[in-house]
Amino acid sequence: MATAGAARTRAVTLGSAVLVLALAAGCSSSTSTKSAGGDTAKDGKVTLNVDLFGTFGFKEAGLYAEYQKLHPNIEIKQTDTQDEAQYWQALQTKLAGGGGLADVQGIEVGRIASVVQKQADKFTDLKSLGLGPASDELVPWKGSAATTPDGKLLGLGTDIGPEAMCFRADLFKQAGLPTDRDQLAQKWSTWDGYLALGKQYAAKAKAGNTWTDSAASVFAAEVGQQRVRYFDEQGKPVYETSPAVKAAWNTSVSLVKDGLSAELPEWTPEWNKAFSTGKFATLSCPAWMGGYIKGQAGDAGKGKWDVAPGPGKTGNWGGSYLAIPRTSKHAKEAADLIKWLTAEEQQVTLFKKLGSFPSNKAAQAAIKDVKDPYFSDAPIGQIFSEAAAAMPAQVLGADDQVVTKAFTDALGEVERTKTAPDAAWKHAMDNVRNATGG
Amino acid sequence: MALSTSAPNRGPDPAPPPSPAPAPARPRPAAGLRAPLFRWDQKAAPYAFVAPFFAFFAAFGLFPLLYTAYVSLHRVELQTSDRMEWLGLRNYTRLIEDPFFWNALRNTFTIGVLSTVPQLLMALGLAHLLNYRLRGRTFFRVAMLMPYATSVAAATLVFAQLFGRDYGLINWLLGTVGISPVDWQANTVASQIGVSTVVTWRWTGYNALIYLAGMQSIPGELYESAAMDGASRWQQFLHVTVPGLRPTILFTVVVSTIGATQLFGEPLLYEGSAAGGVSHQYQTLGLYMYEQGWGFFHLGRAAAIAWVMFLLIVVLVAVNAAIARRRSRTEG
Repeated sequence: MATAGAARTRAVTLGSAVLVLALAAGCSSSTSTKSAGGDTAKDGKVTLNVDLFGTFGFKEAGLYAEYQKLHPNIEIKQTDTQDEAQYWQALQTKLAGGGGLADVQGIEVGRIASVVQKQADKFTDLKSLGLGPASDELVPWKGSAATTPDGKLLGLGTDIGPEAMCFRADLFKQAGLPTDRDQLAQKWSTWDGYLALGKQYAAKAKAGNTWTDSAASVFAAEVGQQRVRYFDEQGKPVYETSPAVKAAWNTSVSLVKDGLSAELPEWTPEWNKAFSTGKFATLSCPAWMGGYIKGQAGDAGKGKWDVAPGPGKTGNWGGSYLAIPRTSKHAKEAADLIKWLTAEEQQVTLFKKLGSFPSNKAAQAAIKDVKDPYFSDAPIGQIFSEAAAAMPAQVLGADDQVVTKAFTDALGEVERTKTAPDAAWKHAMDNVRNATGG
Repeated sequence: MALSTSAPNRGPDPAPPPSPAPAPARPRPAAGLRAPLFRWDQKAAPYAFVAPFFAFFAAFGLFPLLYTAYVSLHRVELQTSDRMEWLGLRNYTRLIEDPFFWNALRNTFTIGVLSTVPQLLMALGLAHLLNYRLRGRTFFRVAMLMPYATSVAAATLVFAQLFGRDYGLINWLLGTVGISPVDWQANTVASQIGVSTVVTWRWTGYNALIYLAGMQSIPGELYESAAMDGASRWQQFLHVTVPGLRPTILFTVVVSTIGATQLFGEPLLYEGSAAGGVSHQYQTLGLYMYEQGWGFFHLGRAAAIAWVMFLLIVVLVAVNAAIARRRSRTEG
């Protein structure tokens, strides 16, 4: 008995020792295995992963399908996060960990300065892949914003966001307002004019119908018309002292005071629903917003929405880049893809189908006469081209999005918690300091 | 804690582990090397058995804990995480003068109270009802657990819709009885009630089942004799059920307190932002830690908040344990 018992103990000891060894081996070997993503399949097909935010529209406009037809050896897989802030967080986590990155990553214009200043070593220099000339075909500031001081090109521009004003022609008519685009453009040639017309609308509109969606969107549109916004050329913060920022703040606060805001936070389900209910009659409209309105208001909104040149007739709000992380195993193929996606013809298609305004100069020339039947045949090509022509080459700061978020929240406080504007302004400053102060 | 109070008389009872038979006492012919090897076997085998647990604990429990402490003493940014700059206790002292931290602590406390108290009271009442013979008892018991089985994300997203300001069901219902719409997102109290509702909805059934199990271990004779003495159902509940459930109640209080301190998913998904509302009005400690670490990319600061939360929970549990020990002493 004793011998059998001892033998069993020994066997168990041995067994558990083997188990521990196996576990240790399991831990160490995992570091040496290759990551599975983006490998070449057996049939020689290359899978390109594209990770984007919001609605770039490549898939919706059928561009992937077309590219795959042109390049039978390429398969494109797209993942998409609706909210850019969440997308950015996830991207930063992946960049820090060095895993899980796609072959092509989208980058918003408000983040490009951060990438150029802090993460130039994490992305491939597109000039080394021969995309320098492609970038030169874009409006000059687009390329230079994505270029490091030592000349590396980190992203290839897709669209830009020239601003106009979208409005509900049917509601305007009911309230006795003019619906002629030129007449409107003249009436709201300044932001004060825009507020004055709003008061006129509010006096006659149905209860519950307001002038515009939120103070934050008016603020973003007005700030977007400035060359220097939150940070100056040296990267010094000026958001606290800049008269332009203060002017935009004052416009937004008056908007709330006069009861012209529907007080709906952007990109929320409630905001989305309001596109079809008529809760707001105007909306600050960067070109890409046209696609968003079509998506939210649907076919029922066709012919109700219209576009006119907005206050100041210019400004830039949004727009994006495509970049290739260093970790991509198919940088060459990814470069071919983004070159094609941002080329003249494809940018024209995207403008016609989704309203994303081209950054490509030739494409800009080609879309000048485009009219959009959805927006009551508004000459969107002409309106946005004029806005783009007057657009300043914006100075971009690494923390632009952080500041935007702080002001958005502060205006939300003014609207929804009846916080005094001065207190809300102070909250915005505190929030920026908390977020940026290392 | 719950266990120690249920058996108060056991006390510190270091029952010696069953000692292995003294192996060398056995005569073994031709021993040579085998006897010491055998002894080594006997001594080492138990360690080998428990080794996997400790290996895992060290890798996934202890190391992260210590490394977090190490990170919390540095300035570390996610975007440049290879650069660490020694700060000493700056990340901790910073928290003392950080209004956002105190706001988060306050919110964690108020949301904790708003969710835990109604939740446990309702659970107690529901368990009491389910303890009676009633038709379809099993169905009700299973139905009780359904919210617990629902994912946080799904539950929160549905509640966020219900609590919508302009097109939400709850405001519509309030409107039908003439109450003007409530801003369930921006208003401080309303938003905290909104978040607490999700927590309460998810956990009431779970706690009710735990109470039910506790109730069923209370002998039926106690109820019989109470009934014979003329006690009403309410009196039975107060004087038989509640005292009999004391250890179970303590357990649920401890678990709910820890859960409330770590509350994260519900406030994050309520409006989908780590800020916890436009004025951070429902930002909890867990959410603030997340915002610092993964919203602002200040990993050092986030690590410091994580450690403060850890210490806070240790203190809360210690206080609970002290109360429990005191009570069991006064009773025993």
